[in-house]
Amino acid sequence: MSFATRGFSGRRREPDTRLPPGQTLVQDWPVLSAGPTPHVDTADWEFTIRDETGAEHRWSWDELLALGVEDVTVDIHCVTHWSRLDMDWRGVSLDKVFENVESEHEYVMAHSYGGYTTNIPLEDLLDGKAWIATEADGGPLDPEHGGPARLLVPHLYFWKSAKWLRGLTMMPDNDPGFWEQYGYHLYGDPWKEERYW
Amino acid sequence: MSAEPMTPVRASRPRPAWHVATVVETRRETPTAARLVLDVPTWPGSEAGSHVDLRLTAPDGYQASRSYSIASSTPAGTTAEPPAGQVVLAIDELPDGEVSPFLVREVRPGDQLELHGPLGAFFVWRPGESDRPVQLIAGGSGVVPLYAMAAAHGAADDAARFRLLYSARTPADVFFADELTALAGPAFGLDLVYTREAPDGWPDAVGRLTRETLAARTIPAAERPRVYVCGSTGFVEAVARWLQELGHAAADIHTERFGGL
Repeated sequence: MSFATRGFSGRRREPDTRLPPGQTLVQDWPVLSAGPTPHVDTADWEFTIRDETGAEHRWSWDELLALGVEDVTVDIHCVTHWSRLDMDWRGVSLDKVFENVESEHEYVMAHSYGGYTTNIPLEDLLDGKAWIATEADGGPLDPEHGGPARLLVPHLYFWKSAKWLRGLTMMPDNDPGFWEQYGYHLYGDPWKEERYW
Repeated sequence: MSAEPMTPVRASRPRPAWHVATVVETRRETPTAARLVLDVPTWPGSEAGSHVDLRLTAPDGYQASRSYSIASSTPAGTTAEPPAGQVVLAIDELPDGEVSPFLVREVRPGDQLELHGPLGAFFVWRPGESDRPVQLIAGGSGVVPLYAMAAAHGAADDAARFRLLYSARTPADVFFADELTALAGPAFGLDLVYTREAPDGWPDAVGRLTRETLAARTIPAAERPRVYVCGSTGFVEAVARWLQELGHAAADIHTERFGGL
């Protein structure tokens, strides 16, 4: 249905095939969140995975880092139309976190300090596709960007990369999280522009 | 991990969709911003505080999309002003921006563009939903969705007490200055803070908002106001932190920031 708006030419630039439709490249790092930024000390930080039996797998900050921190360079795409390319992160692969977790459930609800939630299929967190990120741009993750640790699921819109991560709960169905209940897409593939439902 | 309480989302909320908008009126809002009044015949109405994605297409097919807060609101089922098919935006020009300079300087009545919306069911205020007082806190162009809430509150003659603390650079930089002044009264308190330059005879110090001013010019935490904060990231981070230090619960503080586009 698109038509040209009179007089608009846009900024001339080389088309970038790494930018999903509707996205604009930025060099800075915009911040978006629904409420105040929680400030969590790594000494108090704890991460939990709860399975369908109610069993909880827990990691302290040091225990998480002991699983092995790796360098990750990925592109990130925010539903509010900005993208960053080749962004440097460090974090722990969720494959390592899930190594000893047994579950029949195929969906995960991520929970944050501060109450934020977001739903993700388990398969989107495994096989080298997702991390618990503790560093970005060469330093510890700032609280306003989700520090001390956030999810990093770069192949989905960035609201799925929950800030201030505190745990994952296995769930049988793809129940909507916080923004998903407010009209954002259940899955959020930037290449299909799955922004809203 | 406890389950977090969720505000139920109203089933009647219109689904976001693409709409063709025709510019009806443009006017200079501040030295760097313009107000656009858009005619959108298919618009289903939108709640105060919601936003839209605006898309421009060049003749060669190149497209650019940006999110903008809506300065108007048209709750479904009411006969509010402006009419349901009208959407008002107030757009601040970003230096080196791609879309905002075009919208502020080039657009004129009769031009057409695309809107996707309405978007956002969280950072909204709904008339009649609660008797709790409402404190709005705006930095610069962050006042746009908060103005929509204040106007909706005035139009609905809602019983909840409203107060807006608005930090602006200079008197000329105040968005919706006449409208806000007209809304001010017993049910809507308006407090301005000027960061660079104040009107002659202004009694307060000129400078950035401080925690002390925030405490003195907002509804106290003891009255349990619902608080909506919108501005730059630095502004929102500072204000949200101070509000919590002043005793406001995190769950009562709604934030929205304008990003880097």
